[in-house]
Amino acid sequence: MDKKINAILIHHNDNVITAIESLQTGSVARYQDDQEIVEIVVTEEIPKFHKIAVVDIQESESVYKYGQLIGEAIKTISKGSHVHDHNIASPKRTS
Amino acid sequence: MKFHGYKRIDGKIGVRNHTLILPTVACANETCRIIAENLPEAVSLVNQNGCGEVEGNRQITQKVLSGLAANPNVFGTLMIGLGCELNQAEEMSRIIRSKTNKPLEVLLIQEEGGTLNTINKGIRIAQDLIRQASSCQRELFDISHLTVGVECGGSDSTSGLVANPVIGRVSDLLIDLGGTVMFSETTEIIGAEHLLAQRAASPEVSNKIFEIVNRRESYLRGVGEDLRSGQPSPGNKAGGLSTIEEKSLGCIHKGGTRPIMEILDYASDTKKKGLVIMDTPGYDVLSVTAKVAGGCQLIIFTTGRGNPIGNPIAPVVKVTANKDTFKKMEDNIDLDFSEVLEGVRSIDEVGNEVLEEIVRIANGKRTKAEVYGFGFTETVMSRICDYV
Repeated sequence: MDKKINAILIHHNDNVITAIESLQTGSVARYQDDQEIVEIVVTEEIPKFHKIAVVDIQESESVYKYGQLIGEAIKTISKGSHVHDHNIASPKRTS
Repeated sequence: MKFHGYKRIDGKIGVRNHTLILPTVACANETCRIIAENLPEAVSLVNQNGCGEVEGNRQITQKVLSGLAANPNVFGTLMIGLGCELNQAEEMSRIIRSKTNKPLEVLLIQEEGGTLNTINKGIRIAQDLIRQASSCQRELFDISHLTVGVECGGSDSTSGLVANPVIGRVSDLLIDLGGTVMFSETTEIIGAEHLLAQRAASPEVSNKIFEIVNRRESYLRGVGEDLRSGQPSPGNKAGGLSTIEEKSLGCIHKGGTRPIMEILDYASDTKKKGLVIMDTPGYDVLSVTAKVAGGCQLIIFTTGRGNPIGNPIAPVVKVTANKDTFKKMEDNIDLDFSEVLEGVRSIDEVGNEVLEEIVRIANGKRTKAEVYGFGFTETVMSRICDYV
């Protein structure tokens, strides 16, 4: 069966993907990582164009998108869950 | 690659042929608006400033207004002042003349004896300017004469995924053909400065990139405000963007990959070819106004959530990769890149087509914002502090 890609991993080192359609709890997020198609189960409702964690992310751990630092976890984030401003915040700046 | 443009007497090339009715101060706004409304080929703008301002703000007002008059899309200007304002018409004329020798006429409401007299005389003067402008013919010029501003507004995740990368491709193509691309919105560089600095053409440019970002952050901290209370916006967040860093990393894609040649002060113009950055806040109407004051003949504006704004002087081309947004606001958005997001078309393929559309628009094809006529022509200027 031809299973459609419904999420995008921008860079191989990212720990989040972006859903390109809204995803129900329990559904499968399907994205391309280099040549491979990867599937993960979504553990909560993900609004269209929002982020999903592809691994567990510990509190204060860095969050990567575009292969760059976009923020830090302010709570533990489990694989397959919604990543947004309720559980990540800007990285602390040194200046 | 070539386009058909208007050669001005100052040597610059415009893609439109506007007669501008320019208020020196807010007190002259309505007079300018009524003159322009009586003449379909005239444009005007709302100027909130020009008096009750400290020296620093007055200089900003003068810089933006004179930059707009000097923009190559303007054939000539009728400037209306009140007579007593801080932003004296005489000084404005000197500043405009230091930038261009294009037609410039001046009327003062107090001298003419009220708004009706000024409107009457102003319509006759503008009518003559329009008739002169109508004799201008488009000629063929190399695309290297184009300075294109790129802007992102109402960003969502699709902006960083597709819309900005497509415009980045257009930016690279234009620069490789000898043109200039200008982006701004300094607050939307936060989190991505290091990536831009890597592409700086010189250490001086690299340092200035960090400097303009730090300056904006510390300025806001200095007045007891937090930049992050305004960035990202509610729309950005609803569209999936969680932090300013995430937003910025998506935003900078619209600048493509070529070296950064210069960092411009707010509303300044450039002699450089290639990619330049202008220091402005991230507020879109302000940022677009500043880039047009800096000489951009055309603006490409990527949006995720949708935006209707235009500019009185420069065509603003709206593009999105969010199919729902395109369908919902089709009367305001020119181009839809959602097929790239769906994987049906490539960034390069669409980028090449967009460049061709840019040339068509430069040649005279109207953007959706322009088709509304004298509407969607918002202008906003930066301020350093409150009025006095």
